Amino acid sequence: MTNLEKYDSVFIDVLEIEQSDLTDSLEYQSIDTWDSVAHMALIAELEDLFDISLEMDDVIDFGSYKTGIKTLEKYDVKF
Amino acid sequence: MKTLNLDRYMELTDQHKANCKLYSYYIDSLTLPSKIKTLADLPFLPVRAFKEFDLLSVAETEVFKVMLSSGTTGKQSKIYLDKHTAKQQSKGLTDSFKEYFGSGRFPMLIIDSENTARGRTARTAAVNGFSLYGKKRCFALDSNMELKLQEVQDFIKKHEGQKIFIFGFTFMLYQYLIQPLKNSGIKLDLSNSFILHGGGWKKLVNLNVSDNNFKSMLKEYTGCGAVHNYYGMIEQTGSISFECERGHIHAPSNGDVLIRNFQTFDVNKYGEEGIIQVCSTIQESYPGHSLLTEDIGVLYPASKCACGRKGDILVIKGRLQSAEIRGCSDAV
Repeated sequence: MTNLEKYDSVFIDVLEIEQSDLTDSLEYQSIDTWDSVAHMALIAELEDLFDISLEMDDVIDFGSYKTGIKTLEKYDVKF
Repeated sequence: MKTLNLDRYMELTDQHKANCKLYSYYIDSLTLPSKIKTLADLPFLPVRAFKEFDLLSVAETEVFKVMLSSGTTGKQSKIYLDKHTAKQQSKGLTDSFKEYFGSGRFPMLIIDSENTARGRTARTAAVNGFSLYGKKRCFALDSNMELKLQEVQDFIKKHEGQKIFIFGFTFMLYQYLIQPLKNSGIKLDLSNSFILHGGGWKKLVNLNVSDNNFKSMLKEYTGCGAVHNYYGMIEQTGSISFECERGHIHAPSNGDVLIRNFQTFDVNKYGEEGIIQVCSTIQESYPGHSLLTEDIGVLYPASKCACGRKGDILVIKGRLQSAEIRGCSDAV
């Protein structure tokens, strides 16, 4: 599985959505399932999967599907 | 006092006056000094206003979340957040948290149930707000507020040698952690960890449990000696006053705390008990940057504490009896 596929699978699993929902407009709180609880679960899953540990500021800034990729790139996850 | 903060408060006052009609009526009704020179001159809004009115300074379509106070006594406060203010609150809280506990994120043991995290009350806000500093979360209580002892012990074992961040409301820690441990005679090993607790202290005062009692019970049953209280409210979640390692609660760097006289509402000197006013540099979507609380406290200069933090020391004394800031002399 590529890193992008892994990244997508976390969103699909945690937020209970479909591949087709993974668009640039998918943002924190833009759908019911991406609430603050799911946000922490999403971060935890990504951290586990890529074996990284995000700084607090990056947890806060992790605001969308699109920008999340940039955040992870800071931790040397290659997409 | 930090003049930088004062400039920001004045800017926020103007901004809210321009964007929130009710707030502008309120400000216009006050007799204010012709020029605001110090923090003492800054107009303040009684925190109760958020219970009585819908106060927002952004269009309703911009509202991203409405937070509610725990409302144990009647009406609940409604706090309107837009995305920007919500984010700034998280950032403000993070900066303060870092100042006290470092920038790491910790395995987090929450003395509450997962259901709480899904509401939108003050407890929800606190649990989720502080969860930013947690990595793996473990909710210690089930939905009936029973301690999930096995799960908690497994969690502690799994993170052996790591610093665990234990968070909960003061009363929840007492009632649903200390009490069941005491009753079952089981002691946890959290000696390496730290506890952050706040809110709901009123109930402990009623039970005659002092802060020192509380700390020694935690030490006895959890082994944890690093216990930090905090003072904050849902109306200003980004500006929280934390208790330092020397046991003093300091005003945050992105805010100020003042004490006002019960009768005259003038700003008291250090050491004089009065009503707590809190200021914060954050609130843009609702006029919550300068609030007169319903809590009683005393301030001491920061220099009285050797920890080196710059915020004044706040000692909380209690709550106004029939808390309605109108005729306060009647209330105290």
